[in-house]
Amino acid sequence: MKVSNISWKIGGEAGFGIMSTGAIFSKIFAKKGYYVVDNNEYPSLIRGGHNAFTVRVSSNEVFSIDKDINILVALNEETIKLHQEEVIYGGYIIYDEDSGDITEIKKARKDINYIMVPFSKIITELGVPRIMINNVSLGASVALLNYDLEVLRNIIRDIFERKGPEVVSFNIKSSEFGYKYIKEKLKINAYELEIVKPVNKMLLTGNDAVFLGAVRSGCKFYAAYPMTPSTSILESFASVENDYNIVTKHAEDEIAVINMAIGASFAGVRAMVATSGGGFSLMNEGLGSAALTETPLVIILCQRPAPATGLPTWSEQGDILFAIHASHGEFLKVVLAPGDPEECFYLTGKAFNIADTYQIPVIVMLDKYLSENHFSYERFDFKNITVERGKLLTRSKDIDAGYKRYLNTEDGVSPRAVTGIDRGIHIANSDEHDEYGYSEDGAFNRKIMVDKRFRKIKKLMEEIPPPKIYGPTDAEITIWSWGSCKGPILEAMNILNQKEKKVNLIHFTYLYPFDGESIEGIIEKSNKNIVVENNKTSQLAKIIMMNTGYRIKNKILKYSGRQFLPGEIVNGIEQIE
Amino acid sequence: MSKIKNKSLRESYNLKPGDFNTERKPTWCLGCGNYGIWNSLKKTFVKLRLMPHEIVIVYGIGCSGNGANFIRTYAFHSLHGRALPVATGVKLANHKLNVLIMGGDGDGVGIGGNHFIHTCRRNIDMTYILHNNKVYGLTTGQTAPTSGRGFKTKSTPSGVLEIPVNPVSLALICGATFIARGFSGDTGHLLDIMKKAIKHKGFSFIEVLQPCVTFNKINTYNFYRDRIYKLEELKDYDRSNLNEAIKKSMEEEKIPTGIFYDIDRPTYEDGLKQIERKPLVDHMIADIDINRLLNRFY
Repeated sequence: MKVSNISWKIGGEAGFGIMSTGAIFSKIFAKKGYYVVDNNEYPSLIRGGHNAFTVRVSSNEVFSIDKDINILVALNEETIKLHQEEVIYGGYIIYDEDSGDITEIKKARKDINYIMVPFSKIITELGVPRIMINNVSLGASVALLNYDLEVLRNIIRDIFERKGPEVVSFNIKSSEFGYKYIKEKLKINAYELEIVKPVNKMLLTGNDAVFLGAVRSGCKFYAAYPMTPSTSILESFASVENDYNIVTKHAEDEIAVINMAIGASFAGVRAMVATSGGGFSLMNEGLGSAALTETPLVIILCQRPAPATGLPTWSEQGDILFAIHASHGEFLKVVLAPGDPEECFYLTGKAFNIADTYQIPVIVMLDKYLSENHFSYERFDFKNITVERGKLLTRSKDIDAGYKRYLNTEDGVSPRAVTGIDRGIHIANSDEHDEYGYSEDGAFNRKIMVDKRFRKIKKLMEEIPPPKIYGPTDAEITIWSWGSCKGPILEAMNILNQKEKKVNLIHFTYLYPFDGESIEGIIEKSNKNIVVENNKTSQLAKIIMMNTGYRIKNKILKYSGRQFLPGEIVNGIEQIE
Repeated sequence: MSKIKNKSLRESYNLKPGDFNTERKPTWCLGCGNYGIWNSLKKTFVKLRLMPHEIVIVYGIGCSGNGANFIRTYAFHSLHGRALPVATGVKLANHKLNVLIMGGDGDGVGIGGNHFIHTCRRNIDMTYILHNNKVYGLTTGQTAPTSGRGFKTKSTPSGVLEIPVNPVSLALICGATFIARGFSGDTGHLLDIMKKAIKHKGFSFIEVLQPCVTFNKINTYNFYRDRIYKLEELKDYDRSNLNEAIKKSMEEEKIPTGIFYDIDRPTYEDGLKQIERKPLVDHMIADIDINRLLNRFY
């Protein structure tokens, strides 16, 4: 059957390579130009527990995974129990009878095809390690899709090359066995994907894109404490420290992390940190220090369901009000929330420029869904990220005698000397201070300095674009959302569009400061406004209310620790109607 | 100690302690131990021929932290307990700078205790001067983590129930490579220690015993004068013997001062290939080619 779009899922016990098998499956199709989105679901433990990895492949642009699965690879019985509901009418489940008797379970779905592939026997016959069951399943999946086995072979070669020819050959052989078993023994021909323009596409997560954007932006100091789902950024930075002259510091805690980054930034380098909510709680104190000392800083906040330890490996958008209000006292900060990896890349570049230009902290918010799932893209044009360092002074000859670090300027931004140049000596002071930086608690001075720091907002607002509108301007229904909900909403809009319902999306990537005036017109004009958020308390709706006085009453909220599926948004909208 | 950039400029420059004064006059109480530390430090810089702009001092919060306003060098007056990580960031971004940290006992072994442990073991080439007056002065007289057991303060009116942290012992077991104790009432001795500490390559730690004339009526100048002796006076004291140093650091009846421990160990920066050729801050970042990195994602 020719299709434009298939969803594939693999499930099994944690610790058996589900994640890497899923990632290879994604790659097989991105290599040939297909649009790919994947979703990795795993518990917070190393062995045992259930792992699942979903990949959606399409010959048309796709923005998120979907509920309906065409092919389910079940490496254990539990996978069938947990996921056979998701398999669509006429879909396929690949399983091994050695992993459990499923006669009873099968009765629940007479409308789907159960394909027995003897993974264990094949592995024993080949005399290869058990982990290679994954390759057998990949080979079998490729066969079911009538896809080119050579693409899989090449990827396996790339991945295992450094482990020697024997390992490569074992891996390839086991995938070939799976392929042949379907093609020659069972002779099943399930699906065939429509052909696309052959472009070799990148496959990357939001975290990967943040990392790339930061390296391009000249980030030279990166500090972090491992915390899911931010950890991969730390590992990426650590892997390139020598190639790109970056110091990566895994510090003792997030308090040290943010203060080290502040120190590095004070000394003149671009510095960044990343964490999740718990670490960000610890960083709150330091955030205020960056603000009062006017030290540029970029903070990546990869959200996960909270409070406390919460659901460490799942997704939620619960921290936006926390982020915009983070740290005690009143000060200017910027909060950004990219909706996909491409936006992660460019907004990270923007974050560094804003931080340097206005000498303020900038927070970039992701969530587990965006941080850890892969999306396919054509190569980013990194030249589109430029480096703007604002009023940074690096040479003594540019500095007049009597230098004032906190000079009360018209735009509120004062020239900032890096450390080590003779005319630039100053105190960066976390106490309120005068223009030189000396501690000063006089009432007159206090007002001047607070006003100076807040005056930056005028120029800053000119740089902040209004929210992006997707879909027709004359829609019957307007969805308001932010961050990673963008993908599932765009998918939902496609479905609704087919039902001839006119829906548009107002998507915020710049969340703070918030320009209420720019959206008042849209709210008033729309017949029906609905917020869609991956949280319990509709935090964006509160921000809109705070800034416009307008209450959006219709809400579609999800807080199960899972990202929205497009169908859930469609249902939500139909119910509201 | 870091390399000096402009040696000729240095030599032609006739540095005086007064060159390290700012336009602000110290606000410490009359007789405060901070004056001794302040004077010794300025003289140390002169002796080492360090220019104000080649030095970064990161301060904590407390009476010692207020010194940020009175010593003319690059300064970062950070948060309570957070001076060490800020200093670490400064040093890693530009290891050519001479980085010092000044903070009190509450800052260093109370709220910032975790950073103290880890900064010691990192052995970054910086000098940490911990002002130990065994009381919280700036908040007007509560117990400190270094206060003696039974010490009566506003927050412990019946006397402290805990035993004190010994910062020198702690630094020893955590891996600092130069560890000393000075007394703010003996500025000549303190100057000598500071000079050696700053010259030491690696993390150097000085605990300065410092009377708080306003809030600590126990650990006074006379209290220390009656008890202090100098390790230099011992004939066979071996500064490279960790066990000996730990034993000495635990002495209470008589209080040893001077250098407890002084060894060579590769610094944290020595292990960083990426800063071998030049400091991070000297890299051009205007147009970094990330093609190689993008290739990773295919």
